[in-house]
Amino acid sequence: MIIQGKTHTFGNDIDTDVIIPARYLNTFDPKELALHCMEDADPNFAKQVKPGDIIVAGKNFGCGSSREHAPIAIKAAGVSAVIAGSFARIFYRNAINIGLPILESPEAAKSIEAGDEIKIDVDKGEIVNLTKGETYRAASFPPFMQEIIAAGGLMPYVARRVRQSV
Amino acid sequence: MGMTITEKILAAHAGLERVEPGQLINARIDLALGNDITAPPAIKEFKALGVKKVFDSERIALVPDHFTPAKDIKSAEQAKVLREFASEQGITNYFEIGRMGIEHCLLPEQGLVGPGDLVIGADSHTCTYGALGAFATGIGSTDLAAAIATGECWFKVPETIHFRYHGNLKPWVRGKDLILYTIGQIGVDGARYMSMEFSGEAIEALSMDSRFAMANMAIEAGGKNGIFHVDEKTLDYIKGRLKRDYKIFQSDPDANYAKVYDIDVNNIGPQVALPHLPENTKSVYELGDIKIDQVVIGSCTNGRMEDLRVAAEILKGQKIHPEVRVIIIPGTQQIYAEAMAEGLINIFIEAGAVVSTPTCGPCLGGHMGILAKGERALATTNRNFVGRMGHPESEVYLAGPAVAAASSVKGRIAAPEEVVK
Ligand code: SF4
Repeated sequence: MIIQGKTHTFGNDIDTDVIIPARYLNTFDPKELALHCMEDADPNFAKQVKPGDIIVAGKNFGCGSSREHAPIAIKAAGVSAVIAGSFARIFYRNAINIGLPILESPEAAKSIEAGDEIKIDVDKGEIVNLTKGETYRAASFPPFMQEIIAAGGLMPYVARRVRQSV
Repeated sequence: MGMTITEKILAAHAGLERVEPGQLINARIDLALGNDITAPPAIKEFKALGVKKVFDSERIALVPDHFTPAKDIKSAEQAKVLREFASEQGITNYFEIGRMGIEHCLLPEQGLVGPGDLVIGADSHTCTYGALGAFATGIGSTDLAAAIATGECWFKVPETIHFRYHGNLKPWVRGKDLILYTIGQIGVDGARYMSMEFSGEAIEALSMDSRFAMANMAIEAGGKNGIFHVDEKTLDYIKGRLKRDYKIFQSDPDANYAKVYDIDVNNIGPQVALPHLPENTKSVYELGDIKIDQVVIGSCTNGRMEDLRVAAEILKGQKIHPEVRVIIIPGTQQIYAEAMAEGLINIFIEAGAVVSTPTCGPCLGGHMGILAKGERALATTNRNFVGRMGHPESEVYLAGPAVAAASSVKGRIAAPEEVVK
């Protein structure tokens, strides 16, 4: 999978409360959640983000609550991938489960600046910064997780297993 | 090489002799939890899967606790999804308003979790049950959907950090203070992906309520789970509650730890975490004059009997500061009733506090005490992120119930000794 887009940058420890504040969690409609994506970190983000854009953040992205509404809001806002220095555990799982591409790369997180145009080869774990002419490595997924990603998320993967067992 | 308690529980549930950190396993679950925010998307995905019945109608708990009693129409619709699904599937552990509580206070109280269990919940504070010697961790809605269909969940076996607490606790210092102190030492990602194992003589001295408060906040250090060893206090707690068989696991003396911390508790004072991360901790004695507008005593961290007793001990015969609003939220209906029988509720009302029905309420900025722009709260909850309790420009300070109660009286963040001599 190849992803290309313009970046929006955020700092360290971006928690799921600022990704999608609880005051909007009385719904799980992706379209409504997208309207408030990243609102408490950057109130203009949802207005400015364009389909295909990429979020780049520091360490521990997605810490805090288990709300899957966070990766859902990001995906529904049109974001094509999230690159971070590191991800909090539940967010990482949730993103894979719903098919939001995420890449862990401390060097990319450090070097990429807001507005850089970048190209990601998800399978190879390679991130190219077209604006700066730099290339960064991202951690690759274990085979089991690659299977979930290839199936399009956890539910299609489980559906296949459930069908096989009947 | 021996195994840690966490590794042993995971191995047992995966049907394996042993597991190693980093290993991916598929494990059988003993209980899966969902609430009024996380269960509706899971139920939708479960239905889309085309499976007719959940894996076991007695091993699923559905608790409408976040926005209940329903704060608006949309929240009422979400709670209705749980209610209807529970009745359709014959789910025995559905807890209706009036018979419920905050999920992480409720499930152990109702005997739904026991030592050696493997529990997952679509709520990050599911790690609370580690206080009972169980492996318990938070997952998202899709994982919950898959788990209620199959009774299984995949895990990466975590490395374990061992925290050993030595010495004697100072007056007013409880589990909440120890965990805040610990998070202050290692940071909000200090245990990311890892298991936090708590032991030492200072831990043995803690009540179960204090242990729940500590395990609860493992996630605030990024931990996958927080876990305690079973002792007499654990067995006393589960007696008369737990209806299932249980199994006690112990870490081997030669178990492998990624890191070991030895923490001397003798000099740890009551802790406060400053905005906007739980790692910004200081001893209450080091803080200057920080005025507050609101105090919240409750949540899955500190909404239990020990917490209410400590608060009442300080508030007894006192008046809450005229410029402060105090909201006290017992964790469950049973705790509410017990606090009433002990006369605690009267003490709170006479002091000038409001006492609410059990709900998550203000803890996540849901309802029942939302902050306006520029307001500052001191709460016994677990998160002080930007906007957590209301307006993005409001502030939350975290502390245990003793500091919360003393601050209610003083109108600023205060040490318990300032009120009770
Ligand atoms: S009390 Fe707060 S932290 Fe606990 S489950 Fe409710 S919202 Fe989450």
